[in-house]
Amino acid sequence: MARITFIQHNGKEQTVDGLPGMSVMETAVKAMVPGIDADCGGACACATCHVYVDPAWLEKTGARNPMEEDMLDFAFDVRDTSRLSCQIKVSDALDGLRVSVPEKQF
Amino acid sequence: MSDVITTDAVIIGAGPCGLFAVFELGLLDIKCQVIDILDRPGGQCAELYPEKPIYDIPAIPIVTGAELTHRLMEQIKPFKAEFHFNHMVTGLKKLGDSEFEVETDGGTVFRSKVVVIAAGGGSFQPKKPPIPGIDGYEGTSVFYSVKKMEVLRDKDILIVGGGDSALDWTINLQPLAKSLTLLHRRDDFRAAPDSVKKMRELVAEGKMQFKLGQVTGLKGEDGVLSAATVKGADGASFDVATNAMLPFFGLTMKLGPVAEWGLNLHENLVPVDTEKFESSVPGIFAIGDINTYPGKLKLILSGFHEAALMAQKVFKYKNPGERLLFQYTTSSSSLQKKLGVA
Repeated sequence: MARITFIQHNGKEQTVDGLPGMSVMETAVKAMVPGIDADCGGACACATCHVYVDPAWLEKTGARNPMEEDMLDFAFDVRDTSRLSCQIKVSDALDGLRVSVPEKQF
Repeated sequence: MSDVITTDAVIIGAGPCGLFAVFELGLLDIKCQVIDILDRPGGQCAELYPEKPIYDIPAIPIVTGAELTHRLMEQIKPFKAEFHFNHMVTGLKKLGDSEFEVETDGGTVFRSKVVVIAAGGGSFQPKKPPIPGIDGYEGTSVFYSVKKMEVLRDKDILIVGGGDSALDWTINLQPLAKSLTLLHRRDDFRAAPDSVKKMRELVAEGKMQFKLGQVTGLKGEDGVLSAATVKGADGASFDVATNAMLPFFGLTMKLGPVAEWGLNLHENLVPVDTEKFESSVPGIFAIGDINTYPGKLKLILSGFHEAALMAQKVFKYKNPGERLLFQYTTSSSSLQKKLGVA
């Protein structure tokens, strides 16, 4: 089990339980976290599950994969901490992970 | 009035469910016209995951979205459905008791006995970047697609994005622009390598500029853009002078006009019964991801099943009072004749 905190644009926080093997996107959708649209259902084909990873967690979440890097071209306000949450696999090592949800998945 | 196409069934959406509906309806001699906002068949399979494998199509252990679409197009070939791509259905209304009128943004008008909504997640529309104030420039200085290139002649064009649309329009518009700048967040493109090479040549020849960064704000007056404020790769902001900005950030699914057709909707889905997959308006059916009913699963295979049952009811609308003889394609010579295999 890994506790993952989603921080909304307005500062509101929501901490949910993630199951190892699921993606951070799936964890958010299951818990109905607002702002994770995930239009394509996790195929890394839409960039609507864009999150900003807390800088303290960047090393543990790892680097973007090439497909994800391409798909981020379709996101708005991409930063160094940007990830597509469908591409981050939940593991025990990510217990305590904090990610921010952009104001809008456009 | 523009040309009116009269048919048995209008299918809205050329995704897998819309395509298979052509098959099921075709077996019952119901002629179809298919309308889709994309420029090709396949819906999400074509737009979102053409290369991604699908593992839950019965009897096909693995198939990509593109391959599934291709196979469906092969399968429905005998029924000669007519396709209307690049058209968005804008209007749907009932004419009298047994006829519907469907209108597209391309001005095509259809008259049909039934309408089958197979619109999936809605229509694919260009993503609009949430830049403050952008709404005020849309249609005057900000364009998400290019309908007439002439509108952009002698403009200071700013194209934003790094995909095929961004690169293709960069190359096509450069000759008629007063100036052209391509802006992208990284020096890497998910576009055809040939287009990227061509763009780099134009930059090298001094015919256009390529800049790294992301648009954060817009400057202008009365709907006329004068500059876009850009945050560069180093974090510093700068302005790019432009009076025509074209953002290309891909497509997103929006329910779109379906909401305006007087159907009962539930959370942007069309509630249907599970016998005929008919909406609250008799004669309008909904199949695939766009419908909802107790136990609904958004699976392609469920949509196929829905198409088959829907077709049974459509037959009754077309042939009132006539008994429908249930037949198998394996053994029925009349069905085989329709399929062109007998």
